[in-house]
Amino acid sequence: MQVTSPLRETLITKGKTVHDITEDICRQVEGKPTKSWMIGMAISLGILAIGAYAVFALLWEGIGVWGMNKTVGWAWDITNFVWWVGIGHAGTLISAILLLFRQKWRMSINRAAEAMTIFAVICAATFPMFHMGRLWIGFYWALPLPNAFGSLWVNFNSPLLWDVFAISTYFTVSLVFWYIGLIPDFATIRDRATNKISKAVYSALSFGWDGAAKTWMRYESVALILAGLATPLVLSVHTIVSMDFATSVIPGWHTTIFPPYFVAGAIFSGFAMVLTLMLVTRKVFKLEDYITIYHIELMNIVIIITGSIVGVAYITEFFIAWYSGVPYEQYAFINRAFGPYNWAYYTMMTCNVIAPQLFWFKKIRTSIVSTMVISIIVNIGMWFERFVIIVTSLHRDYLPSSWVMFYPTKYDVGVYLFSFGFFFTAFLLFSKFFPVLNMAELKSIVKSSSEKK
Amino acid sequence: MTEERYEFTAGAKKKIFILGAVGIVLLIIGVFMAKSGGHAEEAGHALNTIEETSLLASADENTIVSNSEEAHGEEGEHHESAPWLKRIFSNLWINNVYFTGLAIIGLFFITIQYASQAGWSAGMKRIPLAMASYLPLAGIIMLVSWFAVKADVFHWTHSTLYAEGTDTFDKIINGKAGLWYWPLAKGSFPIFYVARMVIFFGLWYWFFKLIKDHMLAEDLEGGFDHWKKARSLSAIFLVIFAVTSSVSAWDWVMSVDPHWFSTMFGWYMFASWWVNGLAFITIVVVMLKQKGYLKVVNSNHLHDIGKFIFGFSIFWAYIWFSQFLLIYYANIPEEVVYFIERISSSNYAWIFYTNIILNFVLPFLLLMTRDAKRHMSILMVVCPIIIVGHWVDFYLMITPGVMKTDGAFGLIEIGMFMVFLALFIYVMLHNLTKSLLVAKNHPMLEESLHHHI
Repeated sequence: MQVTSPLRETLITKGKTVHDITEDICRQVEGKPTKSWMIGMAISLGILAIGAYAVFALLWEGIGVWGMNKTVGWAWDITNFVWWVGIGHAGTLISAILLLFRQKWRMSINRAAEAMTIFAVICAATFPMFHMGRLWIGFYWALPLPNAFGSLWVNFNSPLLWDVFAISTYFTVSLVFWYIGLIPDFATIRDRATNKISKAVYSALSFGWDGAAKTWMRYESVALILAGLATPLVLSVHTIVSMDFATSVIPGWHTTIFPPYFVAGAIFSGFAMVLTLMLVTRKVFKLEDYITIYHIELMNIVIIITGSIVGVAYITEFFIAWYSGVPYEQYAFINRAFGPYNWAYYTMMTCNVIAPQLFWFKKIRTSIVSTMVISIIVNIGMWFERFVIIVTSLHRDYLPSSWVMFYPTKYDVGVYLFSFGFFFTAFLLFSKFFPVLNMAELKSIVKSSSEKK
Repeated sequence: MTEERYEFTAGAKKKIFILGAVGIVLLIIGVFMAKSGGHAEEAGHALNTIEETSLLASADENTIVSNSEEAHGEEGEHHESAPWLKRIFSNLWINNVYFTGLAIIGLFFITIQYASQAGWSAGMKRIPLAMASYLPLAGIIMLVSWFAVKADVFHWTHSTLYAEGTDTFDKIINGKAGLWYWPLAKGSFPIFYVARMVIFFGLWYWFFKLIKDHMLAEDLEGGFDHWKKARSLSAIFLVIFAVTSSVSAWDWVMSVDPHWFSTMFGWYMFASWWVNGLAFITIVVVMLKQKGYLKVVNSNHLHDIGKFIFGFSIFWAYIWFSQFLLIYYANIPEEVVYFIERISSSNYAWIFYTNIILNFVLPFLLLMTRDAKRHMSILMVVCPIIIVGHWVDFYLMITPGVMKTDGAFGLIEIGMFMVFLALFIYVMLHNLTKSLLVAKNHPMLEESLHHHI
């Protein structure tokens, strides 16, 4: 017998039944696309088209069209890469780590968060590939293939190569995890389908799911195994991304706190993006009874925690730079706070450290408007965090004669837009044709966590 | 349900006294051996030491910034204590930090349970509460012994380092002296440092008292109010702990090697404290169960805390490895010397590898399976390994900085640990008798009783 403490708040409101869940979530899969969806899709495709032009120009002309120079060799490209990878952390965190911690509230958000993860990781992966300039030989540069070009091999000592392994593994496991979770829901849609095409498509997608007790047992054990696998993977990805910087001897990059601090920052930005997306989704698809204010509050608490961890890490870095007595290290941080890029530094500090602390007030963390605003602020802040780390540390290197500033070109902006276009197009397609909430899992908590009528 | 109380029997007290008495005897024998015996050994050892000192010196010669430091380091020796006394002081400090960790982790565990609204642990929270009751004593012992050990353990307390223009002047330590001496003159009384120690213990104890009062009042009055108030207090404590745990790591452990720095260090020490505390809680729970207490805790609850131990052993290893890899990879002299001291010295090399085996390899392999976490017999193997292992971890953090190449492991180390352990257990069990062993009115208790995984 399972007992739920009377202290616990309900996770599904208005006394929804198991049948209501099916109806509410299948509605937008089965119905015609709504007007707001169409508008969203049109905007996304428009952005994607503009971005595609920038990508074409980049590949045609070479990465010289970007604003990088001999001092600042990494700028928006790697900033965007790290930003997207970071966003790609929340999905698997929600589905894997919160599953291991038996957090029932994850069931209302895990599906969309995982989809977001997958699209974000794809967006992220494009940037290192674009940075190579010549996409077609990227495989030889990134994968440890036999030496078709002579005796050259990939550099196994390089964290950039570890990135290739870490991200591709993470992507694969996340995709499998997400897809397996979708199977029972696809079967539900298949069983309800009225026209031939959708019946055929969804029955192919559902892999012949029969809903037998044995099948459910396997489903649950595979979910647990994948959760166990995904948990170290979530940590490994941003750990290795952080090592792209931290293994170097660049002041501001080489600092030992980077691995866990990057992971915390990734979860922080990932949750912010989940909030941004879910607040819109819940409104447009009328899912307020499943993604309740309480869910939003809990996600905001995760934002406070991870934001505070990131804040402690900022302070630690600053303190140790002073404490180390190393002049280069000290200068790197003085330059961050008082140099020509200090506006980026203060944007980062305000958005990432101060803004989330507002969630200590219950009024603010339970308000939809303020949550929306702060979630976007956090996303901006986390972009600037990577910009500060990358560009501010690079632009004034050991040789003052080569100190420069970095100015983005329209192609820097364009390629970034391309990733946005792709991300939102993919997310909109997902939200139309796939069930945005995990129906099967939600049904399992109706009894324990639903509001009694 | 019936009220369960722990009875601190004469037999148990006797065992603790024997533990402490044997510890004292071993300590005394150890001191005599260190003062007189083992000359044959010393000769061979001395030869080693010479080689190693030159190795370390050559490592230091490469140091760009701190090449002046070793010179005064050598000169500093003669106004320091005899090696056997230094060894006692070093051990005194290791045990201070180690047992303070066990106490504060008791409180940290409770606050985490409140903040995350955990239900499973409701039946075992009185054990970490009793552990935390060692806090005031930990604070007093630490403060008193700090003044005894400071000249030998904390090199930066030597006022000669701050005399500008002399041979003993140390530019690097002088640069960071404000952290310890502000607002007084450098090299005078480290008021800032001592004040922090007092304030930290004061804050910790204050929150312990506040939370404990709510926990005990709940036994009498019931209701949800005490739980809710304890939860708010826990959230505030966690914020305080996020800062104080890192700062205390810098103050109490990192400053033992005053030239060295690592941004990860605060979290590294926290990881060590935390997993050790979890292992200690588990061992006490299992021992109480073996004596017939704590019927409410069954293999499902042990499974959960076992997962925590498993997970956080990996977490410790992750933090350890991240710090090590980044310093090893970048190979910057002023950072890497820390690990060279530990790996290239025959006194510490075996301890260095033992540390990883005890704290990662063994817990990882032994707790891998589901059954291992559910059986008291296996937990009683793994938890002592971890408890010894993290003592070794703290030994390795502190001893090389204090003893340089004179560090040893023998009866002094074992004896002193036993004395502190006896004291800690006595205080803990004494406090365990003061309240109910199981919080009968805990709002999550019913949930915990039906916990099944």
